Amino acid sequence: MTLAAASHGFLSPTGVEIAFVLVGIATLGAALMTVGSRQLVHAALWLVVALGGIAVEYLLLTAEFIAWVQVLIYVGSVVVLLLFGLMLTKAPIGPSPDADSGNRWVALTVAGAAAAALVWVVVDAFRATWIDLDGAAQGSAEAAGRSLFRFWVLPFEALSVLLLAALVGAVALSRRGGGAKGAAETLAPAAREGRL
Amino acid sequence: MHLAYPAVLAVLLFCTGLYGVLARRNAILVLMSVELMLNAVNLNLVAFDVWLRDTLHAGQALTLFTIAVAAAEIGIGLAIVLLVYRNRGSSDIDRLRDLAERPSGPDGAGSADAPRQPQPDTGAEATA
Repeated sequence: MTLAAASHGFLSPTGVEIAFVLVGIATLGAALMTVGSRQLVHAALWLVVALGGIAVEYLLLTAEFIAWVQVLIYVGSVVVLLLFGLMLTKAPIGPSPDADSGNRWVALTVAGAAAAALVWVVVDAFRATWIDLDGAAQGSAEAAGRSLFRFWVLPFEALSVLLLAALVGAVALSRRGGGAKGAAETLAPAAREGRL
Repeated sequence: MHLAYPAVLAVLLFCTGLYGVLARRNAILVLMSVELMLNAVNLNLVAFDVWLRDTLHAGQALTLFTIAVAAAEIGIGLAIVLLVYRNRGSSDIDRLRDLAERPSGPDGAGSADAPRQPQPDTGAEATA
């Protein structure tokens, strides 16, 4: 972000760009807290901030419908599912020092190298490219619905089948087994029900 | 708006998620990092769709599909993690090494690992 601002500093930034950069910095900070926090529940709550920031970025890019879908599905349901998962696997509430594995520095090196290479390529490729945000909003619910149900009906219906398959698969996976398992099969659900 | 702003933000978010996937130990935190990577891709799709002024709105439609697929993925993924936790007493992906390649020979590793492997599981089940 700072690299992009420095290499195009001769341009006078518009208000939308300033807002985008500020929200982007907040989003990136929340994402860094998500992957770096030692408290597991705090990581999930920082993920809410990051996903909400991305929703605001969608609004700034005039994609309103995507922004509300993002708020509804990601902030509304995916994070709740993740919190349920954390609670059901008895994640420690306090700080857990072993949240990061031993290959932390390898991961940092790989991510840093990928970020440097990709930022360099992207900035070099789109140095003289501007998005025209004027005119009618391109991502309003009307435009999105029209394109979705006029040109993308078949993928939409296929996706509903996929969601149904995922639902059935999740139910089949999380159903209690045939009873031929060991002590963990009887211990863990009892403890889980006691917790809930 | 300059196109480099959303593109660079998407790159940085993607690399943050990449770090999380590689460095985290809890399976649910790995799933959170995967969500970050998916969101970075979604941001790219929306930005390029708005830039190109696509009449089909392919980028935004694909973003909606990606969000739905991510919801399905998180449901199945959490079901698998819960099943693994129920069977093994842990969601620590560093300890789920049953499919790992042993560095020693095939016969020696098989005979050496068969009695040794259930020990952490029984201990974890006792604590669970």
